[in-house]
Amino acid sequence: MLRLLLAGLAILLSCLMATAEEGAIQPVLQEHREVIAKSSRKTIAPAIDAIADSGLPQAQRVLETWAAKSMWMRKSDGYFFAGEKLDSKTYQLLDFDSGEVVGTFAKKDLKQLKPNSGIRAMIGTALVRFQLLDADIAKRQAALTSIQRDPEAALLAPLRASIADEPDAGLKAQKQRLERLLTIGYDDDTAARVAAIEGMSGDLGVDVRATLNPLVAKTRGVAPGAAPQGVNIAAILTPGDDDFPEEEAYDLLVAEGFAPARVSKDEVRLALAENIEGGSVGGVPVAQLDKDETRARAYAALAAAGKVPPIVTAADVQTALAAHVFFETYAESSADVTTAAQKALDTIALKVGVNQTLDLTLDALSLASIYFLAAIGLAITFGVMGVINMAHGEFIMMGAYTGYVVQQIIPDHTVSIIVAIPLAFAVTFAAGVAMERLVIRWLYARPLETLLATFGISIALQQLAKNIFGTQARPLTAPGWLDGALVMNDVVSISYIRIAIFILALIFLGVFLFIMKRTRLGLETRAVTQNPRMAASMGINPGRVNMLTFGLGSGIAGIAGVAIGLFAKVTSELGSDYIVQSFMTVVVGGVGNIWGTLAGAAMIGFLQKGIEWLNPSNTLAAQTYMIVFIIIFIQFRPRGIIALKGRAAGD
Amino acid sequence: MQRSFIARNPSVLIFLACLALFTLMVTVLSEGLGVGMISTSFVKTLGKTLCLCLIAVAMDLIWGFTGILSLGHFAFFGLGGYMIGMWLMYERTRLIVVESLSQAEIPPTSSEVVDAIGNQIFGVVGSSEFPLIWAFADSLFLQLVLVVLVPGLLALVFGWLAFRSRVTGVYLSILTQAMTLALALYLFQNDSGLRGNNGLSGLQNLPGVEVSQDVVSLWFLWASAFALGLGYLLAAWVVSGKFGSVIRGIRDNEARVRFLGYSVEAYKLMIFTLTACIAAIAGALYYPQAGIINPAEIAPIASIYLAVWVAIGGRGRLYGAVIGAAFVSLLSTWFTGGQAPDIPLGFYTIKWVDWWLVLLGLSFVAVTLFAPKGMGGLVDLWTQRRAPNRHGADLGPDDGALREQEASE
Repeated sequence: MLRLLLAGLAILLSCLMATAEEGAIQPVLQEHREVIAKSSRKTIAPAIDAIADSGLPQAQRVLETWAAKSMWMRKSDGYFFAGEKLDSKTYQLLDFDSGEVVGTFAKKDLKQLKPNSGIRAMIGTALVRFQLLDADIAKRQAALTSIQRDPEAALLAPLRASIADEPDAGLKAQKQRLERLLTIGYDDDTAARVAAIEGMSGDLGVDVRATLNPLVAKTRGVAPGAAPQGVNIAAILTPGDDDFPEEEAYDLLVAEGFAPARVSKDEVRLALAENIEGGSVGGVPVAQLDKDETRARAYAALAAAGKVPPIVTAADVQTALAAHVFFETYAESSADVTTAAQKALDTIALKVGVNQTLDLTLDALSLASIYFLAAIGLAITFGVMGVINMAHGEFIMMGAYTGYVVQQIIPDHTVSIIVAIPLAFAVTFAAGVAMERLVIRWLYARPLETLLATFGISIALQQLAKNIFGTQARPLTAPGWLDGALVMNDVVSISYIRIAIFILALIFLGVFLFIMKRTRLGLETRAVTQNPRMAASMGINPGRVNMLTFGLGSGIAGIAGVAIGLFAKVTSELGSDYIVQSFMTVVVGGVGNIWGTLAGAAMIGFLQKGIEWLNPSNTLAAQTYMIVFIIIFIQFRPRGIIALKGRAAGD
Repeated sequence: MQRSFIARNPSVLIFLACLALFTLMVTVLSEGLGVGMISTSFVKTLGKTLCLCLIAVAMDLIWGFTGILSLGHFAFFGLGGYMIGMWLMYERTRLIVVESLSQAEIPPTSSEVVDAIGNQIFGVVGSSEFPLIWAFADSLFLQLVLVVLVPGLLALVFGWLAFRSRVTGVYLSILTQAMTLALALYLFQNDSGLRGNNGLSGLQNLPGVEVSQDVVSLWFLWASAFALGLGYLLAAWVVSGKFGSVIRGIRDNEARVRFLGYSVEAYKLMIFTLTACIAAIAGALYYPQAGIINPAEIAPIASIYLAVWVAIGGRGRLYGAVIGAAFVSLLSTWFTGGQAPDIPLGFYTIKWVDWWLVLLGLSFVAVTLFAPKGMGGLVDLWTQRRAPNRHGADLGPDDGALREQEASE
């Protein structure tokens, strides 16, 4: 109200000024000479408003000069000028109205105006209205951003005024949106605010929620007897409800001064300690004070003697609670506005919920495709050969390090990724074939020992990587065009890297299906999977098939490593971070079938994201519950989601 | 003609004699009660190694004799450690708290003492309330019961779920690994009630015991040796009787044992729970010597190392497991402790701290491939026992069945 009065006064004054001396700002400044010179945040407002509302073209320059601490006052007559430093002692002054040099003056004859940060902020607010109409689009944009950051009632009118003349369509839309938000927050007319709220309802923008939330912010209050009139009451509270326990209610009473504070156990102890007289307190020997009952007795004796405030009993609390009414009030005084805001927020919450589900689905999908990539190689070797490759994670790591090394040689990120993918495949394919020939071939009938032998290779490879590349994380940088995220609205967004990984997973699914269904190798592999001895008698060389399949599985792990390295740091533990999830994927999905792996990856990805959503602060708990769930799941489908049937199942 | 248990298993007597001799020698050479040739920290290392040997015996029972490659026995080991650690930490903190509160003008109430203990123990995880699982922490007896009860119950429930759905072979291994991982991740949380990744610490100080660590370390060495001897005896007794024949049958050919009318699941469950309890006791003895326990100890990798020890020592024979665990863990301490001399090659110096794991991994592969009998096979050379000639076939068709070279006539 005061602000409004002052503004009105300022306008009145400026009108008077304008009639007194047409087109000059100096008189306006002189009118407020004392407050400007005093430069106090409490009193400066009328001066700034007067300058801003003067309607003169020079006003913007004056304010800018002032905020930049370049406004000087001539001590002789108290006139204000823009000052320019010539040397350390002399300054050249320019007149605001004419823009001409007034003359050169010694520093001692001048007084520099140094507005503090609070005043500069006020000047900045006053300047916004000029900037909103500035010819430079960047300045207009900056002004809008400043309003968004720091909305204020005083900015509503200038913002509205600037909309009609805005030439840029994008900026105009922004201005209109901001005008709606400011209307919700600060318009004087309740109907206009309600209309604005209804117009924005269903908008997903964070700014809308940031505008609406303070309107429905509630504070708890208490009054003796009945609830007060004239405040916007949200709800009457009953002490003892789930979200309003009696303790809280009583604390509120204490805070408002309606009831005496409770005496805590600590206070009892301190009071007792203070009143020890000759080895006893209130007639109770100190040695006996190690029980609550004796302490209560001693304290009661002290209270009866008037030495300490009496204890507040449960009955006292009940009486006090019954004598008062508890309620929640809105900070916003208009009930229409709060009702409309609450309704709009509910609508928005529903929409946000739907969009969050969508976002979560996208997240889960991308996690699933990562697991799919990591597990597909494992699934091939496990499915075809019944061999669990514990070193699979280390092949993933090897692929990621290959990508890193390639990036050291080829600096261009796009080219290096294109080179790294086939190279990673080649490296891990070779490593896989070597491992199959040297170790696994001898242990085909013994899956448990393969598991342990490959574990031995895994720890050796991991340590080797540590020795070569060190323990610190190595970066594998994604090409520039994969930076950033696809933003659909303020809720739903997904980074391009994750989309790329999703596409990569799809490509792998396609390639794998092609190899299995359309090539000679695929045919032979399927034959060996179903019955190795029968396949051998048909002229297929199972050893060769096994070797190639193992190589293929390892090669895919290498490519998965490049993909994972793009968003995770490349360390020697990269593989082991994913290996258990990969195992889970294979076990849940069922062996020997690519669709099983896909289903397993999808299930684990969605499950993990789902549990994380239920308990967002705790990803560790999410993993724990997921593993427990999988253990239970195995009870019902011991062979996975898609199980092999018949002889191929092996039992 | 029924011969006595010892007469049928002369190796048990030899083992017990060796163990007794070893304990005696360490005692004589120790700082606490002997001539001081062995430092206290090394006595602790030896004591811990004995505990590891005990869990290796358990692992051999479940893997070497029953053919179940469990990758989760370190979870039971860790749980046992946590259970005893809870009492140690509670009691020690209580003594300190009572001591400090007795300085106050007013004697503390019992609830004030408990609150102060809670503050001391859980301050690091931003809490002061005692979680429900600490309900018995003030009683040594109950906590000792829990050492066996909690891991035993977990093993019982997990084993029942796993075996009744006929999960076998590699699947079971991965499932046990998942169980370990789930437990470790759960314990890593701050609100798990066991101090998150801070774990329990200060366990080497026995509450109320005034003698120095030199002597305490020997007590634990004796206790560990005693537990190992008892565990070994128990394991040898279990595998020597009819029960032993059945579990070996399950290892080599589960289906046939089932068709013969044995309840395979019950046998598996029994041996799984028994080994879990042995592992828990080993853990309860290990962690007071280590002084600290945290969830990283339970990580799946520890359980895989356990399998590695047993495989290197030679599975399917109890002394093999003990030898493997002792040899590999002591060697590992030696290499990673920086005591092994570096090997200069001119162009590169092999630092064993960096290369020990590579050596271990590769030698493990070599043992699996070329010496499935492990180090226990060396004993066969001496006793002139040979592998049966089965023309390259294993003892049975199952995943965990002994190989021709592993078995002995």
